[in-house]
Amino acid sequence: MASSIRVRATSSGDITEVQALIQHPMDTGLVKDSKGELIPAHFIQQLRFECNGKDVFVADWGTAVSKDPYVKFSFKGAKKGDEIKISWTDNKGGSDTTTAKIA
Amino acid sequence: MKARSVLLLGSLGAALIAFALASPGVIAADMVDPVADAKAFQNFFFQKFPNVKHEDFVNGPYSMNEDMKRQWQEKEEFPPYEFALEAGKEMFSTPFKNGKTYADCFPNGGIGIRQNYPYFDTGEGKVITLELALNRCREANGEAPYSYVKDEMASLTAYMAYTSRGKPMEIKIPDDPRALAAFENGKRYFYTRRGQMNFSCASCHVQSPGERIRAETLAPALGILNAMPIYRSEWSGMGTTSRRFVTCNSQTRAVPLEPQSDEYRDVEYFLSYVANGLPISGPGARP
Amino acid sequence: MTTTTRPHPTRRLILQGAASVALLGLGNLPLAPARAAANDKYPEEAFRQKSEADAIKSLYGKTAEPSDKVKLDAPEIAENGGVVPISVTTTLDKVTSISLFVAENPNALAASYRIPDGTIPAVANRLKMARTTKLTAIVEADGKLYSATKEVKVTVGGCGG
Repeated sequence: MASSIRVRATSSGDITEVQALIQHPMDTGLVKDSKGELIPAHFIQQLRFECNGKDVFVADWGTAVSKDPYVKFSFKGAKKGDEIKISWTDNKGGSDTTTAKIA
Repeated sequence: MKARSVLLLGSLGAALIAFALASPGVIAADMVDPVADAKAFQNFFFQKFPNVKHEDFVNGPYSMNEDMKRQWQEKEEFPPYEFALEAGKEMFSTPFKNGKTYADCFPNGGIGIRQNYPYFDTGEGKVITLELALNRCREANGEAPYSYVKDEMASLTAYMAYTSRGKPMEIKIPDDPRALAAFENGKRYFYTRRGQMNFSCASCHVQSPGERIRAETLAPALGILNAMPIYRSEWSGMGTTSRRFVTCNSQTRAVPLEPQSDEYRDVEYFLSYVANGLPISGPGARP
Repeated sequence: MTTTTRPHPTRRLILQGAASVALLGLGNLPLAPARAAANDKYPEEAFRQKSEADAIKSLYGKTAEPSDKVKLDAPEIAENGGVVPISVTTTLDKVTSISLFVAENPNALAASYRIPDGTIPAVANRLKMARTTKLTAIVEADGKLYSATKEVKVTVGGCGG
């Protein structure tokens, strides 16, 4: 099944640049639907990137992160072919995990 | 502002007249001449925005404003239409219940052909858009048609546009009076004022591209369809050419037509034809 | 508008998938993961605070001083308040976290990033802004807080329907 997570990880020298886009509504809980009813808050709270058994980046998010969130960061110490594990959890207990090889 | 609008309209009119006059004498001023129209239309934008590269007009408001362009380029690093594009690719290659696929309905298996749509079907005597062709393909294969405005239709057209990226728009007007009439009808719809605000499509997208209407920067009409379908942040999602027309009408407080009605198809034909030569840039991302 | 609100089937599948993964996760994992350190917890209280000052206090328990070593990049006018690209970089050493606060949002804290050893102290993301606002980036380096601010103009979205 298609993952909710898209990742691009590219290595250049000692530095690996990671970009991720996640399919998630990131509802604030402040917006009403077409029937005038509040859409309950539904947002990713934590997004974690691990490489070689170690956290390389952890994001704590509130509702102000845009729908289908995007994040970019870079880290040292990995090489082409190493695997990055990406996982998120949201405020309703939803979660997803995927892995990506560094290119 | 008013004087300026008059001036702009005047210059467009002058351009059209100039081209009409420059054409061979046998063509009467009231005759439909798409070649001259397209040339005048493009030149109007090229002269109004001498610093915009011609192929950049297909990037809509981003061709008009540097700060917005930079925000867009940042978003394009991982564009918001990525999910629709991927879904479209998967849908496109998934067979119908009868085992056939979308590829069976289109020339070249549907790949790299978006720049040829819409086309005029001389058998039927009407304009056939890509969205219409996709739903006809579904129905011919026993599948229910999709909504024209978003979701699956946007995903499918996103994928098909992507396979045509960079190819110049190449709309043909066959030697058929009905094709010329369709072009002329689309042109008329485009320039006719309507709705509570008394706006035509041209009021915003010919007279005022690059200017703000309330919070939004207006896109130039030239190449506006080359970017379809688009992910609009305002919609928080994807929309097709049909959706764009419907929202344009409702935003100017006119009554929107049914998606894929004859008028909308003719407007698409006109707008696509006058963008001939400019590259396909869809799927696009817009504010 | 004649558009339907039916969700994209693929998307619905993805969400269902996410939910079932979540259930599996709950079944298999102890409530507190073994590696959870004190600073590994989601800072729920800080995200609940309304004002920027309260959010900073809740998240860090101290105040920040402005620093030209923190570079905050954001548009002057957001093309759409729902998607504003923002990035933060810094030349400071020993950075352990970077956080972003949107002063005029209902809850000021937008995002907080933990920067482990070996990760470059820089991040780019996209945030929502309710209206024209002060935007603050805070970099935590060697136990101290440094900040940079910028005003982002947000025009009210939409033109009629």
